[in-house]
Amino acid sequence: MSGAIGPLRAGGVVLPGDVPRPRTGGWRTGRKPAVDLSRCVNCLVCWIHCPDTAVLQEHAVFQGFNYDLCKGCEICVEVCPADAISMVPEQTELAAGGVLPGTGVLAHGQG
Amino acid sequence: MARVETTSQVLTGAEATAHAMRQIRPDVVPVYPITPQTPIIQTFSRFVADGKTDTVLLQVESEHSAMSAAVGAALAGGRTMTATASQGLALMVEVVYIAAGLRAPVVIAVGNRALSGPINIHGDHSDGMLARDSGALQLYAQDAQEAYDLTVLAPRLAEHPDVMLPVMVGQDGFNVTHSAEPVALLADEEVGEFVGEYRIPNPLLGGEGPSSHGVFAMPDSYFEIRYQLVEAVEAAEHVYDELAAEYARRFGRFLPAIDSYRMEDAQRALLVLGSAAGTAKDVVDDLRGEGERVGLLALRLYRPFPEAALRAAMGGVTRLGVLDRAVSPGAYPPLFSDAHAALSGTGIELRSFVYGLGGRDLSTRALRQVLSELAAPAAARIRYVGLRGEDDDGES
Ligand code: SF4
Ligand code: SF4
Repeated sequence: MSGAIGPLRAGGVVLPGDVPRPRTGGWRTGRKPAVDLSRCVNCLVCWIHCPDTAVLQEHAVFQGFNYDLCKGCEICVEVCPADAISMVPEQTELAAGGVLPGTGVLAHGQG
Repeated sequence: MARVETTSQVLTGAEATAHAMRQIRPDVVPVYPITPQTPIIQTFSRFVADGKTDTVLLQVESEHSAMSAAVGAALAGGRTMTATASQGLALMVEVVYIAAGLRAPVVIAVGNRALSGPINIHGDHSDGMLARDSGALQLYAQDAQEAYDLTVLAPRLAEHPDVMLPVMVGQDGFNVTHSAEPVALLADEEVGEFVGEYRIPNPLLGGEGPSSHGVFAMPDSYFEIRYQLVEAVEAAEHVYDELAAEYARRFGRFLPAIDSYRMEDAQRALLVLGSAAGTAKDVVDDLRGEGERVGLLALRLYRPFPEAALRAAMGGVTRLGVLDRAVSPGAYPPLFSDAHAALSGTGIELRSFVYGLGGRDLSTRALRQVLSELAAPAAARIRYVGLRGEDDDGES
């Protein structure tokens, strides 16, 4: 048996890959988070709080948002100690990773 | 089947079970004491304290916790056993269902005892019947030797890849748990080789990768997962038969799912679970000596119910007296209901007899009476054997 709910293993055991990751991005209602990189101090408080693993990081360096997963709950906005994240209208043009234009460019983390 | 003799010791069913556990060397035993199971775990605790097995013995605060810890330990990847009785099993039952549903192969030694109220510490099968539909397999031992042998066999049954289910090994409270008789133990190495290594797919610890157990199942998957449980319980009958055959080959003791006693050409027969089989065999022998064509069937495997084997065992029987040591108030008792469904369409007349609730003795005289009643038209819908007022010899 397979399909949207994945294979049904004995006892209902679920292994990685059995269940498709829900695209919670579809739950947003007109607003999305954006980051002002000039304010970001890279504390990753947003990353650890995001309930949908929509905040990305690479080798402990903030990498913006995955909008396929971001459900728009605004928790990151609330917890950011530097007030670097704000909600903007869905159609707002942003740089890669959801960076407000003119505030900086995401740096890649070094391994 | 011949095999070098092992030493016999005079042991109670509880002590024999504790020896089986010592030889199985489970990784984890979470347990809470309760009469008449206590001597199982008391004896086993001594073995642990004396370093005879390196089992982690978890003394928890209730049977609910014992079974919860057992589920966690079994799914984590450790061979897990526990023991209980009566109210303790009743408290466990919520988690026994979960153990079965999550396919945690925990072996549960049960000293079968009446349920409260009124409170009573003596033997009957009410506790086992409370767990009847949980998905846990149920075995019933006739005596201390069987309690030992079935306990040794149980981990293999529980852990078989087609099964992966909890197994309850029942022995009648006091009649078996506290009655001493010669028991032939296998050598420690023989038991170790027979049970082998504990292996389950996707253990939480030491497996090949992460796994989630006990997840929420919505209406789109719950039914299928429960159906898998049904199939696993049914598959256990064949697995039991194979294990019983292997046990006989290796150790010379054959414990088929149904013990058929003097059923050749029998016209009337009794069907029982547990220690009543011993008394019934004596009565059958006596009546056979008097020329009566009577026999006995005793189930060792109660869940799954060995339906086809029961039909095959009936031979020429025309009347079957089913003896239940439990009731289902307002309906026929459980063993009778199972047997009636299994034998429907065979033309065999089944009669329901309830006996021994709360430890009331089942006398040979009462069983002779049951067998003689089977020769006549039914006197009652359900006969309560030994009930004061219904039987004159209720106390005998
Ligand atoms: S709004 Fe922020 S915390 Fe909420 S899902 Fe999107 S990225 Fe995560
Ligand atoms: S919480 Fe704010 S400051 Fe910290 S990494 Fe996230 S955006 Fe940057």
